[in-house]
Amino acid sequence: MFDLLLDPTLRIVALGSAALGIVSGGLGAFAVLRKQSLLGDAISHAALPGIALAFMLTGSKHPLVLVLGAAAAGWIGTLIVMAITRSTYLKEDTALGLVLSVFFGAGLVLLTFIQHRPDAAQAGLDRYLFGQAATQLARDVAIVAGLGIAAYAITFLFWKEFKLLSFDREFGASVGISMRFVDVVLTTVLVIAVVVGLQTVGVVLMAAMIVAPAAAARQWTNRLGTMVALSAGFGALAGVAGSVLSATGANLPTGPMIVLCLTAIALLSLLLAPARGLVWSFVRHKRSQRVLRVEATLLDLYAMARQHADPGHAHASGALRALGGGGAAATWRARCAGSRGVVSRVSRRVTAGR
Amino acid sequence: MTQFQVEIQLIAAVAAVACALPGVFLVLRRMALMSDAISHSILLGIVLAFFLVESLASPLLILGAAATGVLTVWLVELTHRTRLVREDAAIGLVFPALFSVGVVLIARHAGSVHLDVDAVLLGELAFAPFNRITIAGYDAGPQALWVMGAVLIANVVFLGLFYKELELTTFDAALAASLGISPALVHYGFMTLVSITAVGAFDAVGSVLVIALMIAPPAAAYLVTERLTAMIMISALFGLLSAILGYWMAHVMDASIAGSMATMAGIVFLVVWMFAPGRGILALARRHARQRLEFAERMLVIHLMHHEHSPDAAEENRLGHLQGHLRWKPEFASRIVRGAERRELLRCEAGGELVLTDRGRDLARVAMTS
Repeated sequence: MFDLLLDPTLRIVALGSAALGIVSGGLGAFAVLRKQSLLGDAISHAALPGIALAFMLTGSKHPLVLVLGAAAAGWIGTLIVMAITRSTYLKEDTALGLVLSVFFGAGLVLLTFIQHRPDAAQAGLDRYLFGQAATQLARDVAIVAGLGIAAYAITFLFWKEFKLLSFDREFGASVGISMRFVDVVLTTVLVIAVVVGLQTVGVVLMAAMIVAPAAAARQWTNRLGTMVALSAGFGALAGVAGSVLSATGANLPTGPMIVLCLTAIALLSLLLAPARGLVWSFVRHKRSQRVLRVEATLLDLYAMARQHADPGHAHASGALRALGGGGAAATWRARCAGSRGVVSRVSRRVTAGR
Repeated sequence: MTQFQVEIQLIAAVAAVACALPGVFLVLRRMALMSDAISHSILLGIVLAFFLVESLASPLLILGAAATGVLTVWLVELTHRTRLVREDAAIGLVFPALFSVGVVLIARHAGSVHLDVDAVLLGELAFAPFNRITIAGYDAGPQALWVMGAVLIANVVFLGLFYKELELTTFDAALAASLGISPALVHYGFMTLVSITAVGAFDAVGSVLVIALMIAPPAAAYLVTERLTAMIMISALFGLLSAILGYWMAHVMDASIAGSMATMAGIVFLVVWMFAPGRGILALARRHARQRLEFAERMLVIHLMHHEHSPDAAEENRLGHLQGHLRWKPEFASRIVRGAERRELLRCEAGGELVLTDRGRDLARVAMTS
C-alpha cells in the first residue's frame, strides 16, 4: 500500500482524479439542486462532436484544444435543450435525451470519418468515449486544475446569484437580476465541470461524477456552502480511492472504479446520514410506532379502570388483548409501560397506576 | 445496391420502427431518459447473461439482459421513493453504477468474454449481414433482421393488445386506476417492452442509437400532431426516414451507420421544429409578428377614437405624435398607420390629421369591450 502511494504514475492519476472529483463533485451540487442532474449526462455526450471538430479544425491533439472544443459543443447542446423546452411543449427529459443521443451520434460520425481518412493520426481520440485515467500526464492534471479553479472563481463571484437561481428564481427576477443570464453563467460553469472529466472517466460515466457526490452530500446538510464543500470532498475521496483500487487489482479500469466508489459513498449517505438517512428514519419510525401503541394500551387500561370503583383493581392481560388486538403484543406493551412505572403487575394480571 | 446494402437498410428500418413505437409513450409519459438509463445498464445484463449461456445469439441472453433493464427501472423508483433524491438524480445514480459493474466485469474476464464495450454502445450495423441464420442448409438472412423483426412484432402485438390501457395510464392515471387498470402493472409491462427493444437493438445498432430512435422521431411527431394514433404513425415514418437517409449519409461519408442514423433523426427533428405548421419556430415567429401588428392597430384606433372630437384632436391624432404617446419608433408608427389606411380603418387628412372611418370606430369599440 505504502509502495503504491510512492509510485509516481499512480500519484499523478490519483491527483488528477481527486482534482476532477473536487471540480465535478462540488459544482455538480448546483445541477442536483436545480433538478438538472442529467444535464451533466447530456453535456458529456454532446461534447463528443466538439472533440472531433476541434481535432479536425486544428489538427492538434493537445488536451486543452480538445477540452475547449468539447466545452463549446456541450454549451451549444445545453442551449438547444433550453430552446426546445422554451419554444415547444416538449418536456425537459425529451429535450435532454434528444440532444444527448443526436450529438453523440454526430460525434460518432465525425470520429469514424476521421478514422477512415487515410492520412489522419487520430489515435487517442476514442479515449474520450470511455476515459483513460491511467494514462494521465501531469499536463492533463494541470488542465483539470486550471479550468477547475476558473470555474470555482466564477462560482464564488456569482455565489449569491447561483443560490437565488437554485432556490427562488422568481424572487431573483423580481429584485432585478437577469436570471436568464445567471442561468447561462451557471450552465457554463457546469459545462466546464463536465468536460474536464471526459478524458478521465469518459462520456458515459460523467453523469455519475456530477450526480453522485452531490446526492450524497445533500443527505448530510441543509446548507448550500456545506453541501458544495462536502460534495467536493466526496468527489476527491472517490477519485483517490478509485485510482488506488484500480492500481491494486489486475484489469480494474479506473473510471468505473471511481464511479463505484462514488456509488458506495452515495449509498452509505442515503442509509446512514443523520436526520435524513434511511436507517435513522426507520429507527425513528419504529420508536414512534411503539410509543403510540403503548399509549393506546394505556388508554385501554384507563378505560377499564374507570369501570371499577377501586382504581387499583387488577385486570386480566387477556382483556387488554381483546380490546387492543395484537395478542401477546398487548402484554408486552403493558410491560413496556410497566418499566416506566405507570402500570404494575400482580401475578398474571395488570393494574393501572397513574 | 448490393444485397448487403439492402439487408443493412432493412435491419435499420425495422429497428427504427421498433424503437419509435415504444418511444412515443416514453416521450408522452415523460420518461424519455429512462431509455438512456436502460440502454446503458443492459450492458451488465448482457455480460451476466453471456456468462450463463455463453452465446450472444441466444434468446435467453435477450431476456436476461432485458431483466436488467427492468431492474434499472425498479432501482430508480426505489431510490426515488425514499424521497431523499429526486427522480433525475436517482436515474443518474443507478445507471452509471450498473454500467460500471458491467465494464469492470468485461475487463476482469477479457479473456473469456468476447464482448466489446464499444460494440454494445456504438453497434456496427455494417457487419450485421455477415452474421447469418441458416435453416436446413438454406440461407434465411441476417440474424439481426430476425431479432429486430421479432422485437418489432412484440412491440406491435403489445401495443395492439394494451393500447387502451397504455393510453389511459399515460394521460389519466387516476381514471385508469378507478377503472381497475393497474398503472404500476402497465408501467412495468411497458418498461419490459422497452428493455427488450433496447437489448434487441444493441447488437445491430448500439445502445446510443436506441436512445436517438426512441426519442427523436416521437418528439418530432409530437410537434406535428396531437392525436395519439397519428403520432404513432408519424413517429414510425420519421424513424424509417432517419434510418434510410442515415444509411446513405454513412455510405457517402464512410462513417458510422448508427451515428449517421442518429444524426439524421436529429436533422429530421430540427426540420420539423423549424417548419412544423402551427407549432414550428417559423410559424410561432410569424404568428407573434402578426399579433404584434394587430395589437398595435387596435391601440391606434382606440387612441384615435379617444381624442376624436376633442379640442386637441388635430394635435393628438397625427403620425408624429404617436411616437411620443405610444412610444412607437417612427418606422413602426408609419407602417401601422399605412396598414390601417389600407384596410380603411382611417383616413389621412391634408393637414396630417388621422381621422377614423366607421370601420375603424367599430374596431375600436369591439377592441375596448371584448
